[in-house]
Amino acid sequence: MFDELFTITTLIGILHSCVRLATPYLLASLGETFGQRSGVLNLGVDGIMLMGAFFAFYVVFEGHNLWVGVLAAIAVGILMGLLKAFVSVTMQSLQGISGIGLYLFGLGLSSLLFKTLIGSVEGVSGFRQLPIPLLADIPGIGHILFNHNILVYLAYLMVPVSWFVINRTTLGLKIRAVGHNPEAADTLGVSVNGVRYTTMMIGGALAAVAGASLSIGLQNVFQENMTNGLGFIAVALVYFGSWRTAGVLGGSLLFSLVNALQLWVQALAIPVPSEIAVMMPYIMTIVVLAFTARQIQKPAALARSYERGE
Amino acid sequence: MLRPIRISMLIFLLLLAGCGGSEEDGEAAGAEGGAFRVAIVMPSSTTDIAWSQSMFDSLVAVQTEMGGEDAMKIAFSEGMFRVTDASAAIRDYAAEGFDLVIAHGAQYGNSVFEVANDFTDTSFAWGTSSDTGADRGIENVFAYGAVANEGGYVNGVVAAMLSENDVIGVIGPVAGDAKLYIDGFVRGVTDVKPDAQVNVSYTGSFSDTTLAAEAAHVHIQAGADVLTGSAQQVVGAIGVANENGVAWLGTQSDQISLGPDVVVTNQIYNWANVVTDMIAKIEAGELGGTAYKLTFDNDGLRLEFNENIEIDDEVKEAARAAIEDIKSGVVDPVLLEEDDDNDD
Repeated sequence: MFDELFTITTLIGILHSCVRLATPYLLASLGETFGQRSGVLNLGVDGIMLMGAFFAFYVVFEGHNLWVGVLAAIAVGILMGLLKAFVSVTMQSLQGISGIGLYLFGLGLSSLLFKTLIGSVEGVSGFRQLPIPLLADIPGIGHILFNHNILVYLAYLMVPVSWFVINRTTLGLKIRAVGHNPEAADTLGVSVNGVRYTTMMIGGALAAVAGASLSIGLQNVFQENMTNGLGFIAVALVYFGSWRTAGVLGGSLLFSLVNALQLWVQALAIPVPSEIAVMMPYIMTIVVLAFTARQIQKPAALARSYERGE
Repeated sequence: MLRPIRISMLIFLLLLAGCGGSEEDGEAAGAEGGAFRVAIVMPSSTTDIAWSQSMFDSLVAVQTEMGGEDAMKIAFSEGMFRVTDASAAIRDYAAEGFDLVIAHGAQYGNSVFEVANDFTDTSFAWGTSSDTGADRGIENVFAYGAVANEGGYVNGVVAAMLSENDVIGVIGPVAGDAKLYIDGFVRGVTDVKPDAQVNVSYTGSFSDTTLAAEAAHVHIQAGADVLTGSAQQVVGAIGVANENGVAWLGTQSDQISLGPDVVVTNQIYNWANVVTDMIAKIEAGELGGTAYKLTFDNDGLRLEFNENIEIDDEVKEAARAAIEDIKSGVVDPVLLEEDDDNDD
């Protein structure tokens, strides 16, 4: 029975599933990385994802282009990011609780809009698989990496882009400074609030695109609470990845790999109890967190409000 | 200084959030002379195209049959996946004087009996279950359930006839929960094609549409050319079936809107007769004590073909024959264990 799991076809299938499954986690956790590196913890990612998923779906459902749907998601994500920034940065509410408030707001409003504007679960024609010419023909690797819809490629493209922005640009330097020591950054003329507003908008946009990747990319439907807590896992993946883009990529892939593996184990009728199979991703997460905890260097000002002259 | 503003902002956000999480028909909560008042507490939404929607649609059908909102009022609380929230909602509805409070989930059993003991003049119903509490002296609780393996069996027969690869994928929510439907389905497939392979996978969740969608991808890559599954999570899987042109067999509610070209059949749960009978009993002064089961024989289960796609007459005929065989007892897809708390 276990032999079936180690055939080339199955291994390719597992890795292909892994790459696709990682997409929403990757987009949302990269966005969260920006926020946390600047010192703002946003637990409202799941709510932003739901709003992004809904607006992208609704725009496409109304007959508009898929890219207009993505833009709508980005716009609503930025607005949600601004709202979070206003509450957490300007009003200086407790970041954890205001994040939960934002999540509930997104959950409730997306459900309400769905009921009001659409009313029943409908399907749309979302982004189709877009095999990259030549690369998709490479045996094995081609199918695993280069045979997905465009939002999947975009998610992986965001890894080096995010790394570059955080580590090689002036904005990135400001983000890191504000997250590490906002008082010092302020004395050097960096607008702490301005930087945090910016990271909240970037994070919001990416979380919303993560939602769109579900509703018009991977599933092509919208259902209330369709993220099912995925945004909270994305927040955990930022810790898992030690606030580094490569770490977030590794965490997203590992979590998705174990998820893909458990689906294949069950589909091939390999005699592992399904309860054990569905627990595997979470067990793996805890194990890895336990072994990496010592190396974590979190932003010193994470989840701390900043007020001048305090 | 800013603290009061901060707190008010937070409260504002939380209030806004609360407005969409669960809904009630506000009017229904008011006193309505003459109208029969039904409240329902459900784990997912009225539009989940699965378990919750099946009951909500049936309630609306009964309301229409009775003459609209003047004759019957419906209040509902959806998204009650936390039993503690559901328990509070059940108690609230009972306290507000509703004639019938439906707790639409096996997980709500303890809450129902607890509240039913405190509100003996109110009628309650819950499912999936056959336990009305009569053995414990409780007289105001109805129980209900669907013999889902009947439709599972017929869908299995259809799947076996449609499959060319003889590989069929099943996507369940939580192991044990959809057991009735899946057991019936597997039996239907193997009765037609004993050598066909039925791959069953569980996502571990009722609502994880992402994992269900990926499970559909996995089954298709593993060779499946017909898929089925249950619970509200299947919307993602139907989307994948639609994208790949793979046949989908639905259960609980009508799922054609999601895959107009691939959804071949739906086993529909029709609770209307159950609700109508409960209302009649309540109006006659009988507040509980009956356990209902949806079957093909009592029209609680219906198998509907998608009329918009071409399906071989042979397949339709085999499905009809299977239903008749189940009704007449020639085929027994019932692998029931006593008191099955599953399939919601």
